Amino acid sequence: MIDTILFIIFAILAIVSGFNLVLQKHPISSALSLIGVMGSLAVLYLLLGAEFLAMAQMIVYGGAVMVLFVLVIMLLNAGREKGSTKSWFAQIAGLPLLLCLVALLGFLIRAILPPLRSVEFGSWVGGTAEHIGQLLFTTYLLPFEVISILILIAILGAVVLARKELD
Amino acid sequence: MNLWLIPLFPLIGFILNGLWGRRFSKAVINLIGVGTVAVSFVYVLVVLSKLYPLNTAYSEHYFTWLQSGFLNVGFDLLLDRLTAVMLLIVTGVGLLIHIYSVGYMQHEGGYYRFFAYLNLFTFFMLILVMASNLLLLFVGWEGVGFCSYILVSFYFHETWATGAGNKAFIVNRIGDFGFSLGIFLTVITFRTLDFGKIAAAVSTMPVEAGFGTLAVLTLLLFAGATGKSAQIPLYVWLPDAMAAPTPVSALIHAATMVTAGVYMIARLSFLYDHAPVAMEIVAIVGLFTAVLGATIGITQNDIKKVFAYSTVSQLGYMFLGVGVGAYSAGIFHLMTHAFFKALLFLGAGSIIHGLGGEQDLRHMGGLRKAMPITFVTLGIASLAISGVPGFSGFFSKDAILSAAYTHAPWMFWIGAITAGITAFYVFRAYFLAFFGSYRGHHHPHESPLTMTVPLIILAAFSLGGGYINVPGWLSGLYPLLEHENKVAMIVSASFGIIGIIIAAFLYVFRPGLAESFKNKAGGLYTLVYNKYYVDEFYQGAVVKPLEAFSRMFLWKGIDRGIIDAGLVNGSGRAVRGWGKALRHFQSGSIRNYATWVLAGCLLVIFVIGLYGGSR
Amino acid sequence: MGHVPLSWYLVLSAILFVLGVAGFVYRKSIITVFMSIELMLNAVNLSFVSFSYELRRIDGQIFSFFVMVVAAAEAAVGLAIILTIFRNRGTLQIDEVDSMKL
Repeated sequence: MIDTILFIIFAILAIVSGFNLVLQKHPISSALSLIGVMGSLAVLYLLLGAEFLAMAQMIVYGGAVMVLFVLVIMLLNAGREKGSTKSWFAQIAGLPLLLCLVALLGFLIRAILPPLRSVEFGSWVGGTAEHIGQLLFTTYLLPFEVISILILIAILGAVVLARKELD
Repeated sequence: MNLWLIPLFPLIGFILNGLWGRRFSKAVINLIGVGTVAVSFVYVLVVLSKLYPLNTAYSEHYFTWLQSGFLNVGFDLLLDRLTAVMLLIVTGVGLLIHIYSVGYMQHEGGYYRFFAYLNLFTFFMLILVMASNLLLLFVGWEGVGFCSYILVSFYFHETWATGAGNKAFIVNRIGDFGFSLGIFLTVITFRTLDFGKIAAAVSTMPVEAGFGTLAVLTLLLFAGATGKSAQIPLYVWLPDAMAAPTPVSALIHAATMVTAGVYMIARLSFLYDHAPVAMEIVAIVGLFTAVLGATIGITQNDIKKVFAYSTVSQLGYMFLGVGVGAYSAGIFHLMTHAFFKALLFLGAGSIIHGLGGEQDLRHMGGLRKAMPITFVTLGIASLAISGVPGFSGFFSKDAILSAAYTHAPWMFWIGAITAGITAFYVFRAYFLAFFGSYRGHHHPHESPLTMTVPLIILAAFSLGGGYINVPGWLSGLYPLLEHENKVAMIVSASFGIIGIIIAAFLYVFRPGLAESFKNKAGGLYTLVYNKYYVDEFYQGAVVKPLEAFSRMFLWKGIDRGIIDAGLVNGSGRAVRGWGKALRHFQSGSIRNYATWVLAGCLLVIFVIGLYGGSR
Repeated sequence: MGHVPLSWYLVLSAILFVLGVAGFVYRKSIITVFMSIELMLNAVNLSFVSFSYELRRIDGQIFSFFVMVVAAAEAAVGLAIILTIFRNRGTLQIDEVDSMKL
């Protein structure tokens, strides 16, 4: 019962935040909407039994990535968007294509997938830290190591790109 | 026996002189140019002495040239008695003319080129006469045609030379088209091109009564012969080919190339024997060509043109001979004609050389004191061609005319009268050149030894060549006809002598009479002098429409309109048009790119969904 | 009211994804475009977690974990690039950064 209500509330919150992100003119408003989306998604992960992932979502996305975005918006003093008519094709063809895409995806989900189970909070709590840690250090060890190198490279890249030119 | 060595030497001469002749001294060019032909001649003698008496044909097969379905054509060389006669003429007379050219071309430019071309011509002519199948003969046929072209346009900076070369080659080509059709028909009918095999196959076939396959075949081949051997209707190139240096006229347009057609018919006698209709046509064409050439020869003023029309006329006699079935008579006349016609041309060359380039008979005269050797040798040649008894021409012409009489008396009478006309025009030229007083402005002098010695040798053959019993030698191939007609012999000889007397009367004793005859003849004279306007007719009926068609339709229509504008420019324009359209894809705007990615992704999802997911 | 069918989660994921694409196509400020990219990645994460619940295996969540890491790294580098572009072009409108055209 309660999981249904929670789902509906946070699903609507996610969708509304999403729309807000697209429709707002100022970047900072869009950033705050995105934080809202991420929070809703964290709750939905909890409902699906992925507790570690929900926490990681809040910490990494909400606490690090979004802070970075807001910091850059502040740094660059990004203002309201100005109008532009250069990309006429995107403006004309974008909406029909998007509607087609959403319709197609919805149809495929309904028609192609085999019957799926219904979500019952608490019926499966598979996403514990212990469970994920176990898999990460055995089966998925190589991707784990590689991804740490990826992060290292990303750090280096960001530092190199963003520093001031030496005179 | 290595028959392939015979044409190889002149080919080597062509390659050496052609590639490096520019750096050689005249002595080295002479050594290579004349030497290779001399070696070839000596080798021919060696081979013939080894193969004597040559009762059966001797052939050598080198390699298979074509193997396609049922058609097998090899590179085969053949040596039988007919080929032996031709080989001796080509290498022997050819050698004399090569020696003569050393003196004649002394002061001309392109010395090495001349000898290279002459050697190449000799090579192709030898291939032609030694070929054992029709295709290899055609190779030689085309090759000599090409060499004729490059030799006629030897003075290539003059338009009259290049125009004449073009005319020679193009008119030849028209005949060769007929020849090619004949070859195709031969392949279809006999499934082989080898002479021996065709002879064996045709001996089982009946003699055609009317106009059948064999008649068409042989007439198509004869069409090629009319081009190569200057008969009606394709003789028009030969007079213009006098633009070539005189040794070329002697070698190609008198002794060897133009006789290829006669040789071809003699070689294919087994085919012609089975198609009497075709032979009749050959004989009639030959006869009328003889008359045409002789009548035009009466009026010409250029000494080389007189001899050119004389060649046309004498070739007509040869075709008359083979047309009535007297193949050996035709070949006999071919040989004697090679002697005295080459001598006539070389003698004319000697006169032209001595007069510093003058060719017009009206500006000659009284040269017998200044050029005695030329005077005597040309006299012998003129007597030979007129059929005066004892000289070579008498025997060969008589052989043809008696055969003609046996076949159809009216042919004999026309031929005999033409013999009289022949004597007349030859001696007209002779008397105009050597008698009377000198009407020119140069200082005539006798020619050097390299030129006069060949003249003397040829004169000896023109005198005694008739005693070489060619019909007897060829009797194995062509059965001898019944004994000569004594009456015919006397009639034709007397016609000849009458011609000489009339010429002497008009040009030695009463010089003014000729002029008055000309004025009285008026229109008839103009007609004959202008070669019966045949050239003009061809120009109007054939050349101009062809040019107009080429220009209007082919050039402007197809080439400029369709190929240039449509295909070449059109493809360029199409690409540019597409480029202009596709350019808009790369607008630099990220949002447009994203929209395209969205569209593509939509398509992919749709397709995957259509196939029920990525199972 | 029974329990929520899983297909609703998937439909929600689809809607969020399309919203992310809409942001990418329609917004002019480059920072907003990056945020739309993050939205798309989140939508995909939701899809992975849903399937992990469906199949009762946590491999989907592991994958989601990796996606998260990559998204973070990409955000870092991407924002550094935005800084550089701002320094060189002085604008954050992507419509004005279009010199690579024919």
